[in-house]
Amino acid sequence: MSGTPTVTQNAVPALEAFVARAAGQGAALADTGLPTRRVEAWRYTPLRSIADTAWQKAVPLSTETATALLDRLVLPETGARMVYGNGQLLSTLSALPETVRQASENVSPLKGVFSATLNTALGERGLDIRVPAGTDAGLLTLVSLSDGQDVSTHLQHRIVLEDGASLTLYDVSAGEGRYIANPRFDIVVGKGATLRHVKVQRESLTATHLAIVSADVAEKGEYDSFTLNQGSSLARHEAVVTLGAPHAMAHVNGVQIVDGQRLNDLTSMIHHAAPDGSSRQTVKTVLSEAGQGVFQGKILVDRVAQKTDGYQMNQALLLSEKAQINSKPELEIYADDVKCSHGATVGALDDEQLFYLRSRGIAEADARDMLVRAFLIDALDLVSDEGLRDLLLRSMTS
Amino acid sequence: MPAVTETRETVEKLAKSSYEWGFETDIEMDIAPKGLNEETVRLISERKGEPQWMLDWRLKAFRAWLEMEEPTWAHIHHPPIDYQDAHYFAQPKKKPGPKSLDEVDPELLKTYAKLGIPLHEQALLAGVEGAEERLPVAVDAVFDSVSVATTFRKTLAEAGVIFCPISDAIREHPELVQKYLGTVVPVADNFFAALNSAVFTDGSFVYIPEGVRCPMELSTYFRINARNTGQFERTLIIAEDRATVSYLEGCTAPQRDENQLHAAVVELVAMEDASIKYSTVQNWYPGDDEGRGGIYNFVTKRGICRGARSKISWTQVETGSAITWKYPSCVLAGEGSVGEFYSVAVTNNHQQADTGTKMIHLAPNTRSTIIAKTISAGHSDSTYRGLVRMQPKARNARNFTQCDSLLIGDQCGAHTVPYIESRNMTARVEHEATTSKISEDQLFYCRSRGLSEEDAVGLIVNGFCREVLKELPMEFAVEAQKLLQISLEGSVG
Repeated sequence: MSGTPTVTQNAVPALEAFVARAAGQGAALADTGLPTRRVEAWRYTPLRSIADTAWQKAVPLSTETATALLDRLVLPETGARMVYGNGQLLSTLSALPETVRQASENVSPLKGVFSATLNTALGERGLDIRVPAGTDAGLLTLVSLSDGQDVSTHLQHRIVLEDGASLTLYDVSAGEGRYIANPRFDIVVGKGATLRHVKVQRESLTATHLAIVSADVAEKGEYDSFTLNQGSSLARHEAVVTLGAPHAMAHVNGVQIVDGQRLNDLTSMIHHAAPDGSSRQTVKTVLSEAGQGVFQGKILVDRVAQKTDGYQMNQALLLSEKAQINSKPELEIYADDVKCSHGATVGALDDEQLFYLRSRGIAEADARDMLVRAFLIDALDLVSDEGLRDLLLRSMTS
Repeated sequence: MPAVTETRETVEKLAKSSYEWGFETDIEMDIAPKGLNEETVRLISERKGEPQWMLDWRLKAFRAWLEMEEPTWAHIHHPPIDYQDAHYFAQPKKKPGPKSLDEVDPELLKTYAKLGIPLHEQALLAGVEGAEERLPVAVDAVFDSVSVATTFRKTLAEAGVIFCPISDAIREHPELVQKYLGTVVPVADNFFAALNSAVFTDGSFVYIPEGVRCPMELSTYFRINARNTGQFERTLIIAEDRATVSYLEGCTAPQRDENQLHAAVVELVAMEDASIKYSTVQNWYPGDDEGRGGIYNFVTKRGICRGARSKISWTQVETGSAITWKYPSCVLAGEGSVGEFYSVAVTNNHQQADTGTKMIHLAPNTRSTIIAKTISAGHSDSTYRGLVRMQPKARNARNFTQCDSLLIGDQCGAHTVPYIESRNMTARVEHEATTSKISEDQLFYCRSRGLSEEDAVGLIVNGFCREVLKELPMEFAVEAQKLLQISLEGSVG
C-alpha cells in the first residue's frame, strides 16, 4: 500500500489526476482504483460517474461569489460562522466562537475507506478546533461552498471536545457546477462531552459529495448526529463512530430525499468497543422519480462491549415506479450480554391513509405531502434543538 | 486395506467424543485416484455410464470452474482448500443386486442400524417383498456417493412419481433431466456449484406429474463415508402443475480427522399451483472441541416458482459441519407465487456458519416469508446473510423477514447481514432482527423448578426455535429437538 504509485498503473483519468495532485503535495494516494460494484462497501454506489474526469484543484472563491451563494442558503441567524469556499477559508466571512481554540491535532487516518484515503492524499486544511474542558461553545455554523467545473475539494476538519465540553455544529455544504466535495471530519468527544452534529447536504445537483466522519467517543461522551442528504448527483455520507469507553453514546440519524436520476447514500458503522455503550439510529429515505437511495448501517459489538444497547431503524418510502432503494442493515456481534435490534421497511404511501385524508376533503397532492412529512417527522424529531429542527424543515422545502 | 486398525482407533476416539453418529464402515471401495482434471470428469461420467450430452455438460461446468475464483465474502475462515488433494469418486464395490437380506453387505446393514433405520426398513432397502405397506416414508439411502438401494419405487410408480438416484434418471429419463438440470442453478452459477456440476456423483431425482399429490414423504439420508472423498450431491425436484411433494433430507457423518469438502446442489422447479416443501436436518461432523476436522459444507440450493400460485418452502435445521455456506433461495417468477424460508442454525465449539436465503421477486403479488433463528455458543461464529429483491414487475409483492440471534457465552459471535433491494413502489418489505442472550430470569425460572442448567437451556432454545421447528415434518421435528440439545452440550455451566 505504500510507495509512489505510478500513473501508468491507472488508466482512469480521475485517478491519474488525483495521483498527480497528491504527488505535487508530497503525498501518495494509497489505494489505487476507484471502488466499483465489486467492492462490497460500494456495491450500491459505484463511482463510475467520476472516473472519466481529470478533477483539478479548485481556484479560490471570491467573497462576492461566496456571498451570493450564502444568500441562497437557510442558515442560523445566531452563533459563530466559518465559511470555506472551494477548499479555502474565507476569513472575511468567518469567525470562531470565542471559547473555541485553534488547534493542531493529529488523528490517525482511517484505513480502507475510499473517501478517507482520497481526502488524506489531497487534504486541504479546514476547521481545526478544540473546545476546552467544561465549556459549552454553543452553536457553530460551518459552510462549505463549491463553485466550478471538474474541480474537487478535500477539506480536513478536526474537532476535539475536551472533557465535559459541548458544541453544536451546523454543517452545510452547497455549491454551483460540477465538482467533487470530499470533506472529512475527525472528531474526538471527551469524557462527558457532547457534540451535536447537524449536517445539511444540499450540493449542486451535478456534484459528487463523498463525506467521511470518524468520531471517537470517550466515557459518557455523546456524539449526536443528524444528516440531511438532499443534493448532489451522487452523495455518500459515511460515519464511523467508535464508542471506545464505557457508557459512551452515539446517534447517527438521517433523512434522505432523492429525486431525478440522483443517488444518495448514508453509510455508517457504529463500533461498540467498550461496555455499557448505547447507540440509536433512525434513517428515513424518500424516493421519487428515478431516485436511488442507499442505506448501509453496521453495528459492530466487540467481545468486551457487554451490556451494549443498540437500536437501528431504517425506512424507505417509494413514491414512483422508477425509484429504487438498496438497504443493508448489518449486525456483527461478539458479546453475549447485549440488546441489539434493527428493523427495516420499504413500501409506498398507504392507500388507506390517503383515502382517509381525501375523504376529509384534502386534495391529493396535499394529502401526499402530509403523509410524506409524517413519515419523516420521526427522524426529524430526533434533532433536539428546536431552532435547528425548524431550519432543517425550511431547508428541506427550499 | 488397513482399515481394521483405523476403525479401532476411530472407535477409541469415539469413546471420548460426544458425536453420537461418528463411525466408519469398513466396506470395499472403488476409489478414483486423487486429483481433479478433465480426466477425472471423464472417468466419473464413464463409470456412471452417462450419455455424451451429460459428459459435455460436465466438461462445460469444469471449464467454467477453472476460470472462477473461490468466493471470500462469507464470514468464515478456513485454511485454503486443496482441490487436488481429494478423491472425487468412491463407490462400494458392485455386486449383483441383493435378492435377500443375506446378500446385502453386513457392514452396510450395520451402518443402517447405527443410523437408526429400523430392521424392516433395512429389509425394504434390500428389496424384501411384503414389507412395503408398513412404512409411510420412502428412503433413498445414499451410502457414500452411490444410492445403494431405493425403496417404495412401486408405490410411487403407481402414482406416476419418479423418485430415483439422479444417475438412474440420467439414463432412464434423459428428456426430463436434460430439460431441467442446470436451469435453476446454471453450471457457472458460482464456484461451488460449478465444481458440483463437473464432478457430482449422485443425488436424487424427483418428478411429480401434473395433478399428483405425492403419496408419501420422500427422504434421503446422506452419508459421507470413505476417507478423503468429497461428497458432491445433485438433487433435482420437479413438480408439474398442481403437484405436491414434501422432501426430507437428513444427514449424519462419521467422525474423521481431516476436513472434508461437501458441495451439493439442489434445484427445485414448481409449475402452476405446484408446491414443494424441502426440509433438511444437517448434522455433518462439526469437528472436535478444538475445531479440528469437520465437514466443509458449501451448498447451493435454489428453487424457482415458475408457475402462477406455486409455492416453495425451505426448512432447515443446521447443527453440523465445521463450515456451513448455504443460502436456499426462491426465485418467484410465477404470479402470486410464494417462497418461504425457515431456518435454525446452531453453532458450537469452533463451528462457523454463514447461511441465509435469497428471495427474488420477479412477478406481481408474490409473497415471501423468512424466519431465521441463529444460535451461537462456544467459540463459534454464525451469520445470517439474506437478500430480498423486488424487481420492477413485482407489483404488490410482500416480504416479511425476522432474524433472531441468541448468544450463549462470551466467546462466540452472531451476525446479521440482510440486503434489501426494492425497485417497485407497491412492493412492501419488512425486516426485523434482534440479538440477545438467554435471560437470567428464564433460566432462574426453569432452575427453580428443578431443571438442570443444560435442560433449562435446551428448553429455552427449543422455545426460541419453535416457529421453525413446527414447520418440520413430525418425525424430523422430534429428531431436530434432540439435535439442538446435543449440539449445545457443554456450552453452559
